Amino acid sequence: MDHTAGMPVDERVLEAMMPYFTQNIGNVSSAHFFGNEARRAIDEARSKVAELIGAEKKEEIVFTSGGTESNNLAIKGVANRNKDKGNHIITSSIEHMSVVNTCKHLGKHGFKITSLPVDKYGIVDIEALKKEITDKTILVSTMYANGEIGTIEPIKEIGEIAHSKGAFLHVDAVAAAGQVPIDVQDENIDLLSLSSNDMYGPRGIGALYKKTGTRILPIIHGGGQERGLRSGTENLSGIVGMGKAAEIAKANMAAEAERLSRLRDKFIKGVVDKIPESYLNGHPTKRLPSNVNVRFSYIEGESLILSLDMEGVACSSGSACTSKTLEPSHVLLAIGLAHEDAHGSLLFTLGRQNTEEDIKYVLGLLPSIVKRLRAISPLTPKELVT
Amino acid sequence: MGEMPDADGVGTVGNPVCGDLMNIYIKVEDNKIADIKFKTFGCGAAIATSSMITELAKGKTLEEALKITRGNVAESLGGLPPIKMHCSNLAADGLHAAIEDYLKRKEAEK
Repeated sequence: MDHTAGMPVDERVLEAMMPYFTQNIGNVSSAHFFGNEARRAIDEARSKVAELIGAEKKEEIVFTSGGTESNNLAIKGVANRNKDKGNHIITSSIEHMSVVNTCKHLGKHGFKITSLPVDKYGIVDIEALKKEITDKTILVSTMYANGEIGTIEPIKEIGEIAHSKGAFLHVDAVAAAGQVPIDVQDENIDLLSLSSNDMYGPRGIGALYKKTGTRILPIIHGGGQERGLRSGTENLSGIVGMGKAAEIAKANMAAEAERLSRLRDKFIKGVVDKIPESYLNGHPTKRLPSNVNVRFSYIEGESLILSLDMEGVACSSGSACTSKTLEPSHVLLAIGLAHEDAHGSLLFTLGRQNTEEDIKYVLGLLPSIVKRLRAISPLTPKELVT
Repeated sequence: MGEMPDADGVGTVGNPVCGDLMNIYIKVEDNKIADIKFKTFGCGAAIATSSMITELAKGKTLEEALKITRGNVAESLGGLPPIKMHCSNLAADGLHAAIEDYLKRKEAEK
């Protein structure tokens, strides 16, 4: 139940990709029939990705190496191309590190970065956005949904405010795409980052949607592939795989979202009902169908993870001890959690393979694990240890 | 593991903000650690080092127990990842703090 950390490639995706490793290995730039076949396959994949997010034209999709590159291309691309308008970029305090650190980098190179606060559910503060945005603002970058706490943002409204000052809206949709319907045209989105692996496609491939007329500069220069926005020989099998993954995600979305939401709500209710002083992190309803993030007072996340691991359950935590840095998750701190509460958070991300049985299994294990760890924690109040 | 209400010395190290907090309780008889228990809020490594220190220290004289280092604890566990060496490897400090607490209490009794 740790799908966000890495998803298995769908077998149908793998099957679609296979011929492009061994047989159809043409280079798009070649004039012969191998090249033609490569071009056709890429066009088809581009259309499928465009359809997933409601893009007007397939040419608005630029393939990249993944979500991180897409975020870099969108943010640095807008920053470098729109210096004539201004140097102000607005982002939020719960973004992925590829947005956080790209903005931090630009902050050291003449750009002014504003990071918007979020409320206790992780919803971006719209009033703060209205107050901070100026005519010098060139970009607003917020995520569609947060992969850690699952909260879905009011993108359309954020886009309206960005456009009212002539700023572009970039949306990191890596956690959301394929799970919830996205309509870039209706939701005022100018740039949107996607990752293949987060929708059961292969790793090492992603895409950036760039609405026609959005002014950006490339960050990778070379042979001018992807309409000059992303040089480098196309990752043919990866692109085909991502196209197939997008097609499957779109076809299954409604049914799978309903199924996962039901499992999710059952899971959350089970935890909160069965375990005293356990709480949901993130929004109760504006939430990704796959996301369960709960916290348990007085205990630490990694010890929970290890205990669950011994019972064959994989999950993540907001704990410092599971990350490379020693700080707890910036997202959990941004929604106002104390350090020790952030340390005690557990993240489950459900996926296609998870069933009702899995939920029952975990709900059967968790209360006794929490109880045991609380019994040896010096923070636990006496009345909780019986 | 668990609390020791009649402990002769208690050592508290760490900080819940950092994600690790450890209480070490000792019972001393004839200058030896007759019993030792712990309570720990923290990651797997923090709990493992707490447990290991109780095994290493039990039955030792206070002088011997004070010589147990963070390195000994990590070594007895078969090594710890570098990042855990300073954040979670608090058990030796906890033991030393408990012994100091015991010595201070004894001093006060005089």
